[in-house]
Amino acid sequence: MTTAELTSSLEPGSTIRRWRLPFSPWHLVLVPLTFVLIVPLLWMVVTSLQTQGEANRFPPVLVPHDPRIANYADAWHTAPFGTFFLNSTVVALVVVVSNLVVCSLAGYAFARVRFLGSKALFLVLMATLMVPFQVTMIPVFLIVKWFGDNVSTYLGIDHLGALMLPNLATAFGIFFLRQFFQTVPVELEEAARVDGTSRLGVLFKIVLPLSMPAMSTLAALTILTSWNDFLWPLIVITNADQMTVPLGLSYFQGAHQTNWPLLMAGNVMSLVPMLVVFVVAQRYFVQSVAGTGLKG
Amino acid sequence: MAEVEFRGISRRFGDVQALHSLDLAVADGEFLILVGPSGCGKSTALRLLAGLDKPTSGEILIAGRPVTRSGPGERDIAMVFQNYALYPHMSVFQNLAYGLRQRRTPRAEVNRRVHETAVLLDIDELLDRKPRQLSGGQRQRVAMGRALVRRPQAFLLDEPLSNLDAKLRTQVRGDLKRLHREVPVTSIYVTHDQVEAMTLGDRICVMSNGEVQQIGTTDDIYNRPSNTFVAGFMGSPPMNLVPGEVRGGTVRVAGAALADLPSPDRPVTVGFRPEDLRIGGPWESRSVPARIDFCEPLGSHVLVHALVDADGTGPEGTPSNVIAQAPPGTAYDSGARVGFSVAAGKTYVFDAETGQAAPPPARDRVITA
Repeated sequence: MTTAELTSSLEPGSTIRRWRLPFSPWHLVLVPLTFVLIVPLLWMVVTSLQTQGEANRFPPVLVPHDPRIANYADAWHTAPFGTFFLNSTVVALVVVVSNLVVCSLAGYAFARVRFLGSKALFLVLMATLMVPFQVTMIPVFLIVKWFGDNVSTYLGIDHLGALMLPNLATAFGIFFLRQFFQTVPVELEEAARVDGTSRLGVLFKIVLPLSMPAMSTLAALTILTSWNDFLWPLIVITNADQMTVPLGLSYFQGAHQTNWPLLMAGNVMSLVPMLVVFVVAQRYFVQSVAGTGLKG
Repeated sequence: MAEVEFRGISRRFGDVQALHSLDLAVADGEFLILVGPSGCGKSTALRLLAGLDKPTSGEILIAGRPVTRSGPGERDIAMVFQNYALYPHMSVFQNLAYGLRQRRTPRAEVNRRVHETAVLLDIDELLDRKPRQLSGGQRQRVAMGRALVRRPQAFLLDEPLSNLDAKLRTQVRGDLKRLHREVPVTSIYVTHDQVEAMTLGDRICVMSNGEVQQIGTTDDIYNRPSNTFVAGFMGSPPMNLVPGEVRGGTVRVAGAALADLPSPDRPVTVGFRPEDLRIGGPWESRSVPARIDFCEPLGSHVLVHALVDADGTGPEGTPSNVIAQAPPGTAYDSGARVGFSVAAGKTYVFDAETGQAAPPPARDRVITA
């Protein structure tokens, strides 16, 4: 291109043509990723509506000829799903309430209270986040067994207490709330103290009401973790009366044959409460994650 | 209401000594201003008084009662914070009532006092709103109301006007003065703004590097500064401070005799305020020779910036910047030669090494140009 041509193309009124996608380029990454994530879920729903024959066929049947809604009723009656749901709900509620209380107290102490060794203690706490559960599994089992033998039977092996005890507070919960509490302006707490509020009063009357996004997020994450936990219940629970939903689903998994349609129907049913929790808490997820990312 | 006293209060943060043995007494109902540059220890002193921090040594008394080891809630004081610190999840009413409810005040009494305070501060229409729905000025008044409603022994105010724009600041300053007249509670007000300090306080405590430089009325601080720091900090523009000397009982700057001072010959720092300077031609006798740098017209007056070869060493010496306040319409070309003369009794002399004001004040023996 000569200088004259270049000059004329840049003259006022001349338009520079730019090729634009009709959507954000990010969609080129996000759409395939969403597809990858959603396929297993769709497959689960499809399988839950198939017959045993269709589920075992190869190539797989993508659309069942005669969708079997009855699989859901069969799954519910084949295994004591009501008990599983009740157990999961009780464990999740106790763990959530306990996490919110204990983690908020500990998180506030780490965020605001100056005490000897607080930094070292916090580092140790953070270090525990890096230890895989498989490493601590046996010691935790022994501790829970000791509690069952020496403190209360209800806390021991084959009881719901065994599912609650190791999860009453988590290092992640303490870390998560500490980060959020650090974003609450300290002047608010000082104003409350000048107004005659105790340390605990400041936490419960000022800091916690302002930390609802973080508390809701922690509650939702704790419910999800507790509800979906499979390995720990598998280790400590053998009695069907004490089983939670994920463990109960193993009813449909035999040594020689697995009833896939009923297993998937059970899976779909176990997923519904979690979907509700996620949809309700989604707004707070964004707020709290954005908030903790800003400071701390 | 009560008197407040700091007795030898020190506060150290690691290697930094924020306060050096502060001794300060605030009378019952007095409005005391703590003023100084950033990091001078004024906010530290206020936080120690509020109980939000503990002193390294010393004692604090409120109404004669030692409170050094008491928590903030036990001191019966109220504090207005720089960013107001209104509880965002509570309405204005709840913000005002919070302190009273913490002290288990009966519900009817809470309602009565909140409404009384709201009327006094003209925020009675805002009681149902949340802080985020208020303007800066309204938030400031709610913060004041939260302090007032408790009827504490003392008010502590930590730069409460610094978040307001210039116009609103002037208005709220007047409101504060009026409010203190109507409710004369002992008040300690921290600011770095000298206009607030000089207009609001019964007395001013000027601080620097964790030490009290001078305590006195606005008149004392402005007209009888105890050292070069106070002289240079208070006043806008501040006092001109130039090197000079005492020779033969006369204070001289750049060879010009400004005042009599019966003192041994020695180098001194000479001070004069911009409004006390008169600008004349360079040929005038007994005037300080200077060269015009630039002029700043401000409508009501003109600030003339000039360079004085103050140590009299000639053009090689380091010139001192001097600001003079001249009548409106004054104009000089940059580089023009002029002579400054100082109004009678308005020359200040400070020791060149310590910066302390030279006794007796030189202004009583002034020779005018």
